[in-house]
Amino acid sequence: MTTTETPRELPRRMEPPESPVSEPFWAATRERRLLVQWCLDCEKSVFYPRETCPGCLGTNLEWREASGNGTLYAFTVNHLSPNPAGGEGPFAVAIVELAEGPRMMTNVVGLPLDELKVGMELQVTWDELTDGRHYPMFEPPGGSK
Amino acid sequence: MSTTSIRGASAIVGVADDASPTGQLEIGGRALEAAMIEQALSDAGLTIADVDGVCHTGSSMALAEYLGVHPRFTESTNTGGSSFEVHVEHAAAAIAAGLAEVVISVYASTPRGDRARAGGAGGSWGRRPPFGGGPNPGAEWEMPSGIRMPMGAYALAATRHMALYGTTPEQLAQIAVSTRQWATKNPKARYQDPITIDDVLSSPMQTSPLHLLDCCLVTDGAGAFVMTSAERAKSLRKAPAYVLGVGTCHDHAMISQMPDLSTTAGTISGPAAFGMAGIKPSDVDLLMGYDSFTITALLHLEDLGFCEKGEGGPFAEDGKLGPGGSFPMNTNGGGLSYTHPGMYGMFLLVEAVRQLRGESGQRQLSNPNIAVAHGSGGALSCMSTVVLGTEAALS
Repeated sequence: MTTTETPRELPRRMEPPESPVSEPFWAATRERRLLVQWCLDCEKSVFYPRETCPGCLGTNLEWREASGNGTLYAFTVNHLSPNPAGGEGPFAVAIVELAEGPRMMTNVVGLPLDELKVGMELQVTWDELTDGRHYPMFEPPGGSK
Repeated sequence: MSTTSIRGASAIVGVADDASPTGQLEIGGRALEAAMIEQALSDAGLTIADVDGVCHTGSSMALAEYLGVHPRFTESTNTGGSSFEVHVEHAAAAIAAGLAEVVISVYASTPRGDRARAGGAGGSWGRRPPFGGGPNPGAEWEMPSGIRMPMGAYALAATRHMALYGTTPEQLAQIAVSTRQWATKNPKARYQDPITIDDVLSSPMQTSPLHLLDCCLVTDGAGAFVMTSAERAKSLRKAPAYVLGVGTCHDHAMISQMPDLSTTAGTISGPAAFGMAGIKPSDVDLLMGYDSFTITALLHLEDLGFCEKGEGGPFAEDGKLGPGGSFPMNTNGGGLSYTHPGMYGMFLLVEAVRQLRGESGQRQLSNPNIAVAHGSGGALSCMSTVVLGTEAALS
């Protein structure tokens, strides 16, 4: 079995398509702000963005700014694909648990890959996309090591 | 709610599958599906004229039209790799309720042949709509991370399991080693040479902690099964594999939405199926546990109750899953070494039935009475458990 593939012409990072319900999320990333939806009836965060709360199906949702703090829930070092954050070599794909509760898939940057540890504290950092939006990534508190 | 009407009310009475050590099959598409259906019906001693129920992961309507069948039970559930266990569940309920009498399900997929014909194109997971169509949040919330799918999803589960429970790369590798030992006894298996833990750990890292040999194959393959009522099964060609218990649960579609990356919905589907069958994990003679990756199989061992949560690594590391071991798993060589055309769950059922009939050749177990086919679909998303048993297990 071979893992080589014909090279494909792709942007450095696959630009996230923007669904109508998530427009406020992506608009905020233009100012490097991380927003998370909340259900005011359940008092729970909702992520990914939805038209209705998964739980009560209510529509009493609002956007709140997240702290940008989180912890590393799970990670994998991808040896096969181009690094969407730029640069050569393997890179970290992760699920980060935000302090506010929800988990999101992202990249962890700013530290040697062998220092990744489940449970470690992280903070949001931003990767500029071609259209002025930013992609939320995470790094150790205080920035790159 | 009573479930006793499903237990033992139906049986798998015909099976067929095909794969090749080359990884490639000569034909594909409907022609291959039709060949599988014909073989499975012949195996049962039935003909297409007997069929009144059709299952397919694409369109059961289109398949039935192609076959010239006018089914009164139709089933197009697609939960990825576990689809065929779900088909058994639904067909068992339909047969028990009198909605159908002879139900077929078929699968044929030829990614290698297709790739050869298309000049190398492939690898669309995450960029295409999810199973069954509809919106694709994965394109917005997962794929921009650069995750390699599907293996990245399973790698995330593996690092989480390692961090929580101390599971080691060697323990995961042993699952690939034991499975390959079984494949040495399957003349249709893609890979039939034994491997060692070192071979697995020195194979190229794909997306950590999964090495190449922790990952399933990509091969052409096809299969089919035929189910009917327990009553009609008694008069057919082969010993029936009775459906004793069924259970299904999915708790997410995208891996980033999985409630707990170290625990699958098998903790729901497994006990449901075992409860319906009236069995304990210790009663199971054979586990056919979906092995898209070594971590996938490890999670089934825990979540179906064959060992405690977190103990899958130590459970597997002594080689008990392989030939001669105390807990045989994936005797056909699994998705890791036999075949994996994309939705592997069909092959779990086919091997389980053959083992219960005593038709598994060099890899035949000694008089198994209860076999479990446990499918996993999506990104550890949909778990579906089928308990099959011989006549002896029925009473």
